[in-house]
Amino acid sequence: MATDAIHRRRQILSSVMTTVTMACAVFAIALLVLLLTYIAVKGFTAINWEFLTDTPKPVGEGGGIANAIVGSAIMTVLGSIFGLPIGIGAGVYLAEFGDNWFGSTVRFLSDTLIGVPSIITGIFVYTLVVLPMARQSALAGSISLAIIMIPIVARTTEEMIRLVPKSMREGALALGAPQWRVTWDIVMPAAASGIATGGMLAVARISGETAPLLFTALNNRFMSYYIDEKMSSLTVQIYNYATGPFEVEHQMAWAATLILVGLILAINILVRFLTRKRY
Amino acid sequence: MTNKISIRELDFYYGQHQALFDISLDISEREVMAFIGPSGCGKSTFLRTLNRMNDTIPGARVKGSVEIDGSDIYASRTDVVTLRRKVGMVFQKSNPFPKSIFENVAYGIRINRMHTSKTDLADRVEKALRDAALWEEVKDRLNTSAFGLSGGQQQRLCIARALAVQPEVLLMDEPASALDPIATQKIEELVVELKKDYTIAIVTHNMQQAARVSDKTAFFMLGKLIEVNPTQRMFTNPDEKLTEDYITGRFG
Repeated sequence: MATDAIHRRRQILSSVMTTVTMACAVFAIALLVLLLTYIAVKGFTAINWEFLTDTPKPVGEGGGIANAIVGSAIMTVLGSIFGLPIGIGAGVYLAEFGDNWFGSTVRFLSDTLIGVPSIITGIFVYTLVVLPMARQSALAGSISLAIIMIPIVARTTEEMIRLVPKSMREGALALGAPQWRVTWDIVMPAAASGIATGGMLAVARISGETAPLLFTALNNRFMSYYIDEKMSSLTVQIYNYATGPFEVEHQMAWAATLILVGLILAINILVRFLTRKRY
Repeated sequence: MTNKISIRELDFYYGQHQALFDISLDISEREVMAFIGPSGCGKSTFLRTLNRMNDTIPGARVKGSVEIDGSDIYASRTDVVTLRRKVGMVFQKSNPFPKSIFENVAYGIRINRMHTSKTDLADRVEKALRDAALWEEVKDRLNTSAFGLSGGQQQRLCIARALAVQPEVLLMDEPASALDPIATQKIEELVVELKKDYTIAIVTHNMQQAARVSDKTAFFMLGKLIEVNPTQRMFTNPDEKLTEDYITGRFG
């Protein structure tokens, strides 16, 4: 009889805990779904061809965000060109040669840097690049994005490389391969899809950054392709529209948000596609 | 027969922990020596001292000497990369690279720049695969992933990969322990075949396997070498009481 009671209690406890955790999961996903739906509904009405292909015009005359789309693309790509190689290189060092005090220091600083609010990166680049150049520029914006990206890429690359089994390295070493060839020929290809995932997620992350661009690239009402000039970006444009006094501007902010979320979603789907299981 | 490998008073430490005690042992040219003993007795550790694979473990230390062809492999002038080319290794778990079957075998040839042309490379790959008794099974799918092979085929691929760089010594760390009896038999036949050209040291858990493939057997326990003798004698009339207890299954 006693065992029956224990058994019943265990069953009740089990179903209670399952329900609680499931409720949390539903709550978490519901918020996200709500957010995305809200953005879609609000944004969709303001999107049209002109909005995508025109530059901003005075309030009430329509206009679009083509310059912001182009600007975001240029700065994200440029930031990635700086950030990805350095981040991946640092990650390879940490995983393959970083079991010493220097490696631990770099690891600790990277983790700290990941946690630093991005506006601080913006101020830092403002002091380091904008002030000497005496103007805001797309270059400064890209550099601040790269700085945000590097520690993220370094740490994910390190994690991915550490997942490559030791036995595979030993197999190559046993054939008389020097350490650098083991890393380059065997370890890197084996970790490639993981490294690519980490890289793309970092790209998605920086394409959604606002704060570091406020100080560095600022904004530009016109279409600009020059990296030494101010450049518009989707995020800063959203910030401007959303804080403007007119309802039309708020509409445009929602529409630009929808575009940005759509682009980030596209990057994530691309990552999924590129890293699907091959074997 | 001349001594290919000569080990003298070898101690080995993982940090503070001593794993091998005062091992002295000779392995002759073109001989198969089997290392047997209970789990954790140090036989794998010992095997890995012969191509300095333990160098990759932080805190690992060696005392004493290991000479191959009369030169000390732990001397400061020894190039570990050259050493490992000469002393090939096959691991307990097959560890093909994430490449095609062809590229797996070609890798060692490429990094050591042993081939003179593309056809020469292909010839060398074919020879290695033939020597590992795998050629017939894979010749039509050389460019497919090595992970598509069965466990036994993967292990023979790893043997082919090791043979492709033309080593003089082959170290095998329980090469058949993860394989079924048919695949195991193939590996064993291969070892007997390879003996004609290579000096082989093989770690095994399986005493029948040691009896089937080896010329001499060394019995390890708790990091000490208890006995080395011709395999025939070892399994019929061992010198040591401990050896007899182990091979008759009284412990371990």
